[in-house]
Amino acid sequence: MDIIVCMKRVPDTETRVRFSDGATAIDRDGVKFILSPYDEFALEAALRTSEAAGGEVTVVTLGDEDSQETLRAALAAGADAAVLLRGSVTMDGLATAKVLAGELKTREEQLVLFGVKAGDDDQQQVGPMVATLLGRPCASDVTSFEVRGDVVRCDRAVEGGTEVVEMDLPAVVTLTKGDFELRYASLKGIMAAKRKPLDVKDADLGPGRLVVERLEYPPERAEGRIVGEGVGAVPELVRLLRDEAKVI
Amino acid sequence: MGDVLAIAEQRDGKIRPVTHELVGAAASVAHGLGGSAHALVLGGVGIGDGAGELGGYGAEVVRVGEDAALEGCAPETCAGVIAEAVASHSYELILFAATALGKDLAPRVAALIDAPLASDVTRLEVESGKLVVERPVYGGKAIARVGFAAAPAVLSLRTNAFGTNESQAEGRTERFAVVIPETVRSRTVEFRAAESGSVDVSEASVIVSGGRGMKGAEHWNLLEDLRSALGAQAALGASRAVVDAGWRPHGEQVGQTGKTVAPALYFAVGISGAVQHLAGMRTSQTIVAINKDPDAPIFAVADYGIVGDAFGVLPKLTAEITALRSEG
Repeated sequence: MDIIVCMKRVPDTETRVRFSDGATAIDRDGVKFILSPYDEFALEAALRTSEAAGGEVTVVTLGDEDSQETLRAALAAGADAAVLLRGSVTMDGLATAKVLAGELKTREEQLVLFGVKAGDDDQQQVGPMVATLLGRPCASDVTSFEVRGDVVRCDRAVEGGTEVVEMDLPAVVTLTKGDFELRYASLKGIMAAKRKPLDVKDADLGPGRLVVERLEYPPERAEGRIVGEGVGAVPELVRLLRDEAKVI
Repeated sequence: MGDVLAIAEQRDGKIRPVTHELVGAAASVAHGLGGSAHALVLGGVGIGDGAGELGGYGAEVVRVGEDAALEGCAPETCAGVIAEAVASHSYELILFAATALGKDLAPRVAALIDAPLASDVTRLEVESGKLVVERPVYGGKAIARVGFAAAPAVLSLRTNAFGTNESQAEGRTERFAVVIPETVRSRTVEFRAAESGSVDVSEASVIVSGGRGMKGAEHWNLLEDLRSALGAQAALGASRAVVDAGWRPHGEQVGQTGKTVAPALYFAVGISGAVQHLAGMRTSQTIVAINKDPDAPIFAVADYGIVGDAFGVLPKLTAEITALRSEG
């Protein structure tokens, strides 16, 4: 079965973000960019499904020219084709979802995978929005799934346990961490990626209706204190939690 | 204008406590905008009985839609019903709790009503007539102040970030007829409860988190003992290293690639404090760190630290807290 994976290029999660006063975006200088960690799970899930059942995996991203590098990495890992929708992404997830839905509407794939959220904006919204715009069912926070005929059966990680959801295809699934650790690209894969198709199209995003007015660093925490060393410090810690912090 | 709608969350036919905080935030921002707060309660038959209690948390009007098809709050069904309910009144803001359910529902509703959505909002106020909305980005390494160029806007609010206000007021309950969408293409076929009946880490008011310093999954009973001594609102958390090693499930992971949390009390045990972990828990009210290494970065964000071996400190801490709570 043919599968689409929607992905995003984001700063490495180990990055210390920097910006200037009154900034509305981070300073990208010297920042390493990676495929968003949850999108890695979606890519691996797609690759395994297509290996088991046949079919092609196409990766799609909305982003700047540099996103080609991220798409090539996905091709190196085993995806068959890539599409770059070139445009400047904002925090307005619905604007992004509209562009993606417009592209997906023209395609035949029955299963569309997303990472549950992107590692930069943490909005956790584009997957279900795309599904809703396309009138397709969506399961989010999925740790594993299985396609059986016209149905995809998903395990969702929800508060207090696992919910099993069945959806009619075509459907949208957003992946969280499960057993889909992304494989390393082989040298052969990296070489092959150079010859795989990567389509570039211009995307019309329009002005976002969710606007970042400014970024700030989180408030510094007041200087803490070391209560003491080892077991002997426990009674004093408990006293402080009760009398000073008043949290127990 | 200026009216704010809070979408109540229910499970097993009962309105969940996260709704109280949500309604309180709705009331406070509606007051600032010169409007009133409404709550929307959807569920199976009987969910509306007692829904008027949301008035005590600030809802002037409690709108109730009852239908057997809404019992399990299947998101596809609920999203359609919420979108219809939203369209019948002019709202400035639609608020969801940023729980697993709320984060799943909010984007669907936003797409249906063509409204922008800000997720996981940690501050929502009106300052000199202007809406102030803040949300963490980059896993909490930065805070973005955002504005909307459209109304209504949809927001999901981080749990535990707003607090509750309680009074004796009763909300005016208004029932409306629910139209269930005919084509629903997803079905919940099974629910497997997790072994521990404890509260989810993203909603807990106390979190006991363990890191690599715990040396192995087999030592988690020490953390579980402390958690259970702290009561029913306490949950276990874990660092990324621990989840990557397979010692604990990802659902417990705190940090940029896990959950971002803001409990009243956070214990970091054997956690050194990687950037991405600190980002996920630094807005906790009180942080306690227990670590062998006095130079561990976790001590820079901790209010109280004990330098020492977790295996010695934990049993003593559990015993002291148990003793304190039994006095109390």
